[in-house]
Amino acid sequence: MKINGRCFKYGDDINTDVIFPGKYTYTVSEPSEMAQHAMEDLDPSFSERVSEGDIVVAGSNFGCGSSREQAVICLREAGIRAVVARSFSRIYYRNCINSGLVPIQSEAADVIQDGETIEIDLENGVLLCDKGEFTFPPFAGEVARILSCGGLIPYTRKLLGIENR
Amino acid sequence: MSKLTFAQKALAHASGRDSVQEGEVVFVDPDVCLSHDNSAAIASNFSAIGVDRVRYPSRIFIALDHCVPAANEKYAANHRRVRDFVRNQRIEAFFDVERGVCHQVLAEEGFAVPGGIVVGSDSHTCTAGAFGAFAVGIGRTEAAAVWASGRIWMRVPATIRIELSGEFPPGVCAKDLALKIIGDIGADGALYRSVEFAGDGVSNLSMSDRMLLCNMAAEMGAKNAVFAPDEETERWLAQCSPRYDRVDLRADEDATCERTLHYELTGLVPGLACPHTVDNYATASQKAGTVVHQALIGTCTNGRIEDLRVAAEVLRGRKVAYGTRLLVFPASNRVAKQMYDEGLHEVFLEAGAVLMNPGCGPCLGAHEGALAPGEACISTANRNFRGRMGCKESFIYLASPATVAASSVAGSIADPRPDGGVL
Repeated sequence: MKINGRCFKYGDDINTDVIFPGKYTYTVSEPSEMAQHAMEDLDPSFSERVSEGDIVVAGSNFGCGSSREQAVICLREAGIRAVVARSFSRIYYRNCINSGLVPIQSEAADVIQDGETIEIDLENGVLLCDKGEFTFPPFAGEVARILSCGGLIPYTRKLLGIENR
Repeated sequence: MSKLTFAQKALAHASGRDSVQEGEVVFVDPDVCLSHDNSAAIASNFSAIGVDRVRYPSRIFIALDHCVPAANEKYAANHRRVRDFVRNQRIEAFFDVERGVCHQVLAEEGFAVPGGIVVGSDSHTCTAGAFGAFAVGIGRTEAAAVWASGRIWMRVPATIRIELSGEFPPGVCAKDLALKIIGDIGADGALYRSVEFAGDGVSNLSMSDRMLLCNMAAEMGAKNAVFAPDEETERWLAQCSPRYDRVDLRADEDATCERTLHYELTGLVPGLACPHTVDNYATASQKAGTVVHQALIGTCTNGRIEDLRVAAEVLRGRKVAYGTRLLVFPASNRVAKQMYDEGLHEVFLEAGAVLMNPGCGPCLGAHEGALAPGEACISTANRNFRGRMGCKESFIYLASPATVAASSVAGSIADPRPDGGVL
């Protein structure tokens, strides 16, 4: 699978409170409404500018802070297909896999410019941007199986043998 | 055989293996899965999986704490969904709005046990590592999958060892140490890593100190943090009834750690995390005089009886400054009871503090003390991200209970040490 998209570039330590503010965690439950608040405290015009297929690019420790899954769902629902970062917070990374938002850890994050269009080849682990080609380890093992099932819920249904029920 | 870290031993034991390698993926059956107000959202994900019953009702722990009592209709409806689910699934370890912060209650109720595998849909689940458990935060969908299957995958983390020596000088505590470590290594300094606290200094740390250090490991990016069980652990376990079998696991003395850090407690000073990141370190004296409109003592980080005693000692016979409001949140109703028994509530009330109910309070900006634009808050909580307390134009400083109490009296950031010269 290949992902082609325009990049929104941010810095280091982008935390889940600025991706999806804590004050909405129990008052906003519709994914489409979550998308309207995506990046609200960091980049207030994000939700108006973002479109289907776009990519978020960030520095180190992307998604640090709270374990709230809305910080993944709001980006996915806003149309974001992948996040490319120097590194991810551990829970955010797992949440991405479990919710079907592709997390790519790559030093390409340092050189990709805001607004640039990049291509990510998931099978072969290749990221193509203006500054050249970068490789990353393709998803393997359980992580690959969860992604290929379309997330943790379908994966668990398969695990429990209830996929056709 | 090569020497093993705590993380390797815990995950090997839990997956029925002799040893596991760093980076390896293993499957484990957690002893307990923690969640809170988010249990309603987890229940929706659980329904989507399509099984009728949770796999192990006795391994599910739920405590309502994030917005208690409910601030409005939406929160109330959310709480009701949790209560309905708990009743339908016959989950016994359910604690309603009166009980306290989930991480504190988990420990008080005997779910934090040496060698246990504790997972939780809250980033501060790592707090239970203070008891020698392998305790990690997970996401909501993962929690739903654990409810359904009783199982989760874990990648074996590398280990960072933090060696402690000496004891804290007067006016300095574990929070000052945590803020210093995070300032030194950064908010991603322990990303994906297991943090093992060790060294002679550990015997000088109370369980409250250890819970704080494990709690704040989340702010270094750690997967988990741990203290090996000792006499202090036994003293705590004797007060609660452990809910599952313990297994005492400790790292081999010469296990391979990616990095070892050393901290001498005697040389530490009162510290701060300045807006808007937890690794933005300064000493309290460097920022002395910065006006604070609100001061907060409590949360899963610093709401234990030891913290309230320290704060009361600073506040005894003093008043909260005009223009500053002090909010005090005991971490649980057990802590609150102890506070009343010791008469600390009188000190807080006479000082002019607002004495609140056990719970997370305004830590995540939902209710009970949100900030206005331009205001600054000094708080014992663990996060100071922009907008965290409900307003993105406000400023949050993190500090120890002593520093927060001293600052509330001064009306501005103050060094709480006896020779700090502020009080």
